[in-house]
Amino acid sequence: MILDLLQTHYNYYAVVVLLGIGLYMLVESGNLVKKVIGMNIFQTGIFLFFITLAFRAGGNPPVIEDGGGPYVSPLPHVLILTAIVVGVSLTAVALALIIRIYSEYGTLDEETLKQLYYD
Amino acid sequence: MIEQLPVLLVVVPIVGGAVPLVASLVSNRSGWPIAALTLAVHTALAGWLAWAVGTGGTIDYAVGGFAIPYGIELVVDGLSAAVVALVSAVALGLLAYARRAGPRSNAFYSQYLLLVTGLSGMAVTGDVFNLYVFLEITGLAAYGLVASGREASSAVAALKYLIIGTVGASLYLLGVGYLLAVTGTLNMGDLAGKIAAIGYGSPLVLTAFALMVGGLTVKVALFPLHTWQPDAYANAPDTVSAFISALVSTVAAYALARVLFSVFTVDFLTAVPVARWTLVGLACVSIVAGSALAVSQSSVQRMLAYSSVSQFGLVVAGFAIATPTAVVGATVHLLGHAVMKGGLFAATGVIERETGASTVNGYAGMGGRVPVGAMGFSVLALAMVGVPPAIGFVGKWYIVLGAVRAQIWPVVVVLLASTLLTLAYFAKLVERLYFAEPTIYEGEDDAGAAPVADGGDSPVSTGMLAVVVGAAVLAVALVAAVPALEQTLLETLPPLLDQ
Repeated sequence: MILDLLQTHYNYYAVVVLLGIGLYMLVESGNLVKKVIGMNIFQTGIFLFFITLAFRAGGNPPVIEDGGGPYVSPLPHVLILTAIVVGVSLTAVALALIIRIYSEYGTLDEETLKQLYYD
Repeated sequence: MIEQLPVLLVVVPIVGGAVPLVASLVSNRSGWPIAALTLAVHTALAGWLAWAVGTGGTIDYAVGGFAIPYGIELVVDGLSAAVVALVSAVALGLLAYARRAGPRSNAFYSQYLLLVTGLSGMAVTGDVFNLYVFLEITGLAAYGLVASGREASSAVAALKYLIIGTVGASLYLLGVGYLLAVTGTLNMGDLAGKIAAIGYGSPLVLTAFALMVGGLTVKVALFPLHTWQPDAYANAPDTVSAFISALVSTVAAYALARVLFSVFTVDFLTAVPVARWTLVGLACVSIVAGSALAVSQSSVQRMLAYSSVSQFGLVVAGFAIATPTAVVGATVHLLGHAVMKGGLFAATGVIERETGASTVNGYAGMGGRVPVGAMGFSVLALAMVGVPPAIGFVGKWYIVLGAVRAQIWPVVVVLLASTLLTLAYFAKLVERLYFAEPTIYEGEDDAGAAPVADGGDSPVSTGMLAVVVGAAVLAVALVAAVPALEQTLLETLPPLLDQ
């Protein structure tokens, strides 16, 4: 039973693992760059979740001339293309902020920064 | 033309927002007039749309001509029309403040217009994924604006805001994924029917609800998910503090109401009482904790930020009770809070520039030195407490009335106590302003808070004072608009509400 689930639903386990690792890094890492990497991993988990939703066993690519149905759903792919763009923009803004923080305070460590920040 | 209005409200500011960046090749001083022109057009369109919805009912628009529910639909009912009118009016009004208070660069005005785009988009969209995209546009513009402060601490605050805000938006997106998995649609109206057909008890639907509402409460900044908000508000430049405190959480709270009423519907809240009571409970905790934290702050701007945590608790409580009276109350308080909190932040900017005072103790005796700013601050503070002729009173009155009619007594107690708690921190400030011995005298400033003046200009312009006075006048005058708003809401929303 469990083996069955593992064999058929391994994508979902990967999603859970990615979300977990991402969130853990985001909360636990003291390094700001690693926090941003954690944020990216967390988002990747969500992307994988959407792409998995679109899968259909034996489905064809959703091009009408091609052989006929059943097709895989094209919608989640399109949504995730958009979400990837959003993710890239967020990463860019985050890294720009980190560069400014580093040039001003000379550190990327959250704890050190907190001490500087509240003094 | 009228049916094109919703999409124009998004297109106008995004096109206008690109212009200052291009124009900066010629002159870096051209941002303000471009933004003023764009927002004047935007406000005219929003006013026209609000009038059309008020007289003719809900307006739909299918983006790109794709058939609904496959394409993106924009839907403007009474609630969204009111929010989009608020966004336009506040954005246009604050330009008068930004002209002197800065930041003065074309990039700032591009971000400003981008934020208006995101907020307008969130208000008019009828598609849950489209809402996510606009939520992130709003977020990106807001992070950039917070970081536009002169001090590096604004970058730290913006990064914190970015990380927490992204987690919130990502949780919302995950919830959208669950809904897509069970229903195969993203259109709000379509979702409402399909979720009902699947059954409200389905674990997938419940998970989707928890993720979407949880993600949005991060953006609304309800306790305990508010931690990004005080840093962001207190470290941003004054114009930005006033702008985002007035609009960003407000529109997120609107999105929360939209998800509650248009996607999951009141039937869901009735069928799954635990969802409703969790939300009401969260709101009540937020009211009490936000006020308690506000009382203990020494910085006025941080105090105002924590006050927002508490006030949004009130708004969310009104939405979660979901009777027509409570929803009208929550909407009135949502709009009223935006005007009052934006005005209060604008007033703190005026007082700090004029005198250097930024703490509760520093405000002592400033009533005489900054008469207009202090008067505006006091009127807005009393309006926020809920002194009768002001909008703050009307909103709270309706929410409490809704709770009484629904016979949810613990909530009634918290709502009434919240007024006392709000009084606790605002009365202290008003007392300091007028009845305490000054701690800062003319010619000396709080450490590091020297007024910023470019080329000998006075640090405070007439436009800045006009914004503060305008907000104070609106905080009272808006009461006149409540009956019309109530009527429009009750005409366009009833099927969505608990009768």
